[in-house]
Amino acid sequence: MKISAIVIRILRQFRRDKRTLALMLIAPLFVLTLMNLVFNGKEYKPTLGLLSAPSVLSSSLQSEGAVTINYEREDLAEAALSDRTIDALITIDGQVPKVKLEGSEPAVNRAVLQAVQKAAEHFSHQSASFKPVITYLHGSENMTSIDQFGPILIGFFIFFFVFLIAGVSFLRERTTGTLERLLATPLKRYEIVLGYVGGFGIFTIIQALLISWFCTKVLGIMMVGSFGLVILLTLLMSLSALTLGTLISAYANNELQMIQFVPLIIVPQLFLSGLFPMDTLPDWLRKLEVIMPLTYGTKGLSDVMIRGLGWNAIALDVYVLTGFSALFILLNIIALRKYRKI
Amino acid sequence: MSDFPDVVTAAGVSKRFGNKTVLEDITLAIHSAETFGLLGPSGSGKTTLVKLFTGTLQATTGQVHVQGTLMPKLSMLNQIGYMAQSDALYTELSAKENLEFFGALYGLKGASLRKRIMEVAEIVALEKHLDKRVDQYSGGMKRRLSLAAALLHQPPILVLDEPTVGIDPLLRQAIWKELKLLNEQGTTILLTTHVMDEAEKCDRLGMIREGRLLAVDTPGELISKTGTDSIEEAFVYYGGHQA
Repeated sequence: MKISAIVIRILRQFRRDKRTLALMLIAPLFVLTLMNLVFNGKEYKPTLGLLSAPSVLSSSLQSEGAVTINYEREDLAEAALSDRTIDALITIDGQVPKVKLEGSEPAVNRAVLQAVQKAAEHFSHQSASFKPVITYLHGSENMTSIDQFGPILIGFFIFFFVFLIAGVSFLRERTTGTLERLLATPLKRYEIVLGYVGGFGIFTIIQALLISWFCTKVLGIMMVGSFGLVILLTLLMSLSALTLGTLISAYANNELQMIQFVPLIIVPQLFLSGLFPMDTLPDWLRKLEVIMPLTYGTKGLSDVMIRGLGWNAIALDVYVLTGFSALFILLNIIALRKYRKI
Repeated sequence: MSDFPDVVTAAGVSKRFGNKTVLEDITLAIHSAETFGLLGPSGSGKTTLVKLFTGTLQATTGQVHVQGTLMPKLSMLNQIGYMAQSDALYTELSAKENLEFFGALYGLKGASLRKRIMEVAEIVALEKHLDKRVDQYSGGMKRRLSLAAALLHQPPILVLDEPTVGIDPLLRQAIWKELKLLNEQGTTILLTTHVMDEAEKCDRLGMIREGRLLAVDTPGELISKTGTDSIEEAFVYYGGHQA
């Protein structure tokens, strides 16, 4: 029985490679759990700011599931809107209510407008002309989901491919014996790591330019900010993916094991990167975003591309991404000690 | 070269990986400008011993000195030309690009690098195939290119791990002639082999089995001391007595 011999051999190989076994069984459960949390989450409750509005309006909005905050001064209300404490600001100008949306997330916009419309029905029997005037701080009613997701997907795909390619090529350096050969030369460990950063860095500059140009100019994804800042952010994100990929490759013995890290390291970052509304996720899961490079990259890109913000808004993201890269480089140099102590 | 009559020394060297003892109490001295062969079957610990000499591994107990300097020491790696057991080459690159890369790691550049590349390519008879990509090379050609890379920076010490596997006999003879010439110029050569007839070409031999050094002497002495007719029989004699 040649077939059963093959079957037995494969089962034996699996038994030896416990990691592949665990990945085949546990990773799908892990990813499905995440998706369940994301898609089965509670309905999004918009937070609405009210500027000198009657209390009857706020109570009817609350009965539609919205959270309301009352403001006395217009400047405070506007500040809350731009730092996203509130999703929309409602003012009453004479008889006509005005709704100003923050606007950068189409899903949130829909939730706000739905709550406002339903609340308006409470008043429609009193006055037929209760029709809110709607304006946007960022974006517009024409903004589609791809405009919102554009910056996130740009960040994600750059991160994903650089991670995998850099990781696999550093891994191959080990499996083909060239790393051992390099370590038999007077080359210092940090020179090897920085060499990789330099070589791939040049490649990622080209990649960052190409992808940013393609998405904004060819695909026409919404872009109201500075192109230079977009390049800077994509580049830093590539760098963190590159250094993380080479670091992780030290813990993989072959290409297959490298790919096994994708659902563990890349997929969770995608789920927490803002592609899905974060407000519906449990708190413990949301907190993980602070240790994920993709979070900072996509937040920075969204700020520049959708909200048109400048350096001050993304400075923290830039510093954190640079810090991640520096940390990964350092860990990489330490990890190489496994192959040569000096 | 004569500063250190014993260019490479190991004193009471043991190497353990976890619980597994790979080398046990090895004491050995390799003389200046000789060809010293480490003879033993695969798994005997030859490659581990070689890596202790090149500083990629550190002895668990005992000391390794190269030119009087305690290993591992990064600066001493310039003195050693190393040819690994696996052909550590970048197969997507041409032979010339590989040699340019390894030459640059030892600080060679410009005209002197180009000159050295031509010289080493001639030694291993690859000068006509320098522009070919390495993935089009045969196994023997890759072996020769690895040897060429080890010779590039004219190191006083050559460490060659199974250098002639898969190389055709005529070319193997030519390479041996070249190694002897390097000996005459003062280069110390340490190589490993599991081929008995090749071992006879070494000035001195160390027989190694299961991590222990069985005997060290010239091939002629090893044969006559054991009263046998060949290196192979001498190896069996020592191996049998130790086991």
